[in-house]
Amino acid sequence: MRAFTYERASSPAQAAAAVAGTKGAMFIAGGTNLLDLMKLEIATPAHLVDVQDIGLGDIEETDEGGLRIGALVTNTALAADMRVRKDYAVLSRAIVAGASGQLRNKATTAGNLMQRTRCPYFYDANMPCNKRAPGSGCAAMEGFSRQHAVVGTSDKCIATYPGDMAVALRVLDAAVETVMPDGKTRSIPIADFHRLPGDEPQVDNVLQKGELVTAVTLPKPVGGRHFYHKVRDRRSYAFALVSVAAVLHDDGTGRVAFGGVAHKPWRVEEAEALLPEGAAAVVERAFAGARPTGQNRFKIALAERTLAGVMTEARS
Amino acid sequence: MSAIGPDGMTRRGVLATGAVTAAMTATNARARVTGAKSDPAAGPTPMPLTFEVNGKLVELSLDPRTTLLDALREHLRLTGTKKGCDHGQCGACTVIVNGQRINSCLSLALMHEGDAVTTIEGLGTPDDLHPMQAAFVEHDGFQCGYCTPGQICSAVSVLQEIAAGVPSHVTGDITGKIAATRAEMTERMSGNLCRCGAYANIADAMTQIAEAQS
Repeated sequence: MRAFTYERASSPAQAAAAVAGTKGAMFIAGGTNLLDLMKLEIATPAHLVDVQDIGLGDIEETDEGGLRIGALVTNTALAADMRVRKDYAVLSRAIVAGASGQLRNKATTAGNLMQRTRCPYFYDANMPCNKRAPGSGCAAMEGFSRQHAVVGTSDKCIATYPGDMAVALRVLDAAVETVMPDGKTRSIPIADFHRLPGDEPQVDNVLQKGELVTAVTLPKPVGGRHFYHKVRDRRSYAFALVSVAAVLHDDGTGRVAFGGVAHKPWRVEEAEALLPEGAAAVVERAFAGARPTGQNRFKIALAERTLAGVMTEARS
Repeated sequence: MSAIGPDGMTRRGVLATGAVTAAMTATNARARVTGAKSDPAAGPTPMPLTFEVNGKLVELSLDPRTTLLDALREHLRLTGTKKGCDHGQCGACTVIVNGQRINSCLSLALMHEGDAVTTIEGLGTPDDLHPMQAAFVEHDGFQCGYCTPGQICSAVSVLQEIAAGVPSHVTGDITGKIAATRAEMTERMSGNLCRCGAYANIADAMTQIAEAQS
């Protein structure tokens, strides 16, 4: 691990200013992804600003009838909150489908959004990777690409966003609240938070230098039946090959987002409008323009079958 | 329980001697490096840390890079907690911090100022085993034993998490009371790997404690 200096921030605005004003500085919250990357020297911050003392650890009800989830609420606390379990079950289900109990106890809501790809070539400093070393090339395209993205990819990168929580947040139309180094705040729809790789795969999301996530807000409950089905190579503690987050209503309408298939949670509103026509119609529209490799083409068929399974369960 | 070697030295004693030798070598290397003026390789300034480990207040001065795991093992000599993968994938480093199990390898020691840490040494002793430790012995919940401290710290926490109503991937109705079924326990233990494959016996040990608690 490269050497760094360390400080604890006392408020969100002070943390944002500290990161913006210090060369090579990064925030650290739970640290479960960042420290892993620092040990491999894929992340090499010169300074860490620890945000654990800045508040933001509570879940509050909003005036609009939704919830505001503080950035530092742990995955375990969020999944276990009875309001979330009752009204936003897809979110609880998605969280407990990811990582291990130990990691969920430390991982935070904001940190989970900031989680970097698990592409093995991103993790291997001996291999080219446009996300880790811009311009060096992509080893995944000609390599083992079974786990990689099938849709929304670019000629530079076929990495996936690996998380589960954000796929549920996408279905729930969550928003990400932030504070800038100058103290100004903004709210970013979850749909716009993560980027597609395009020509700059090294940029995962739209946050600016020093911009700190302070909360994730959920609109008022949407009702319906909530599902998070995750297909993976082992039954627990593995990243998704394909996941389906869905909120389905008795009249056959609903919302659906896919995980494990793109550089961001993948939801196509025009596709979910086809839910009454069945899973095949939804997936055909959602994955129109997909550019799978020979090794990961199966993900499109798997997405259809996983969604069909969810829809069958919803009717039962 | 330590194995005694032909020279009367325990295996742990040999390992400790090895560690000291390695530490002296590292110290000499550092001395050479710091001898060069303004060498960035000299490392960052140590920072103070005060926290509670197994009920005792501890003060350390640490390179900020020190993980909680390395602080416990290398600075406090609490070698019960094990370093397996050092990347949060195996669970051998599991300890309980402020009542919650975490991977100590994926946490900086400095992030734990004021925290209360419980390691396997704090759960029980050879003369006064924690019930979960006794159940692991009774059910052969280990073979080589390397993952065992992490398994036991996790197992104790898993039963607390079920009792507290934290849902899991296999929970049916996530709004209802959660029973300590074998399926619940094995799902929640998936962050602790055992290459000897003692899983079935670990689940037996946990089931015994869960039934005793219910």
